[in-house]
Amino acid sequence: MSDHEMIAERRDVFHAVDNLTKPSNNESCAISVAAPALRFGLRMDATAAAAAGKPAGFDLSQSINSLRQSVADAASGRLSARLGPDEWLLIAETGADAAEALMAGLTADLGDVAHTLVDVSHRNLAIELTGSAAADVLNTGCPLDLGDQAFPVGTATRTLFAKAEIILCRCENVGQQPLYRVECWRSFGRYMHAYLQESAELIGARV
Amino acid sequence: MLLIKCPHCGERPEIEFHCGGEAHIARPLDPSQLDDVQWAELLFYRANTKGVMAERWNHLHGCQRWFNALRNTVSDKILRTYMMGEPRPYIGGEAQGAATGTLSYPAPGERSK
Ligand SMILES: [Zn+2]
Repeated sequence: MSDHEMIAERRDVFHAVDNLTKPSNNESCAISVAAPALRFGLRMDATAAAAAGKPAGFDLSQSINSLRQSVADAASGRLSARLGPDEWLLIAETGADAAEALMAGLTADLGDVAHTLVDVSHRNLAIELTGSAAADVLNTGCPLDLGDQAFPVGTATRTLFAKAEIILCRCENVGQQPLYRVECWRSFGRYMHAYLQESAELIGARV
Repeated sequence: MLLIKCPHCGERPEIEFHCGGEAHIARPLDPSQLDDVQWAELLFYRANTKGVMAERWNHLHGCQRWFNALRNTVSDKILRTYMMGEPRPYIGGEAQGAATGTLSYPAPGERSK
């Protein structure tokens, strides 16, 4: 790579945003940008995926629109969201330098099974919302029913938030509080963050 | 907002979906054998049904899969959704379509030229 001429520089999406950690007047919804993560788009036949077990620690056995989160084993910090009958988004909260090793691990574990695996780590960023009003804040832009029955812990789906397409994950609760992870394209990052922050302030001001 | 039942995801808000026009239009196995009239009919002529119509829909901002839906074009009510590849269902005493059970208008080439 060092032989190539540098033609562009990857900048942090939130560079020069001064209110990124501005305290909101809504104490019941905390909004934060998640740490950089590795992400892979995986497409493969559903039957083959069920037989594949846990390639590189990612559990592919879940039903459509659900999330598997490995927290307590060697594959800690790995999320797999099944977005459709033959599509998964795999997220690993590890250092960016592990991308090639993780890709190799996945490819080795999947073996001869026909699949496509694409590194989309830098396409997305994630914003996390937690607190008792987190669902209310999300519902200012997302029409899904986010009640505990319709959207319990372990749910993940592609959907819309205002003008942006997102992948919404309901992760394991933090204490008693819900935790939502919103994945969006990095070019929507500032828009999403500003929209969520403004919504949190509006809802907080109303309470 | 309407709720549309994706066969994979269940009921979801309509803004997640995109309509792909009339369903069950068989593509010719050998397009080079069609003359200009037949080709034009395949591409541009649609039943434009007033009433129950079978349409292709895509769950664009969801699972992104295509499926079929029976929609009443008068009331905009979606009566049933079903998987790609399944035959068009006829429900509630609705008149059967053409003998094939799919096309409700002449197949390409059967229309008078
Ligand atoms: Zn769907």
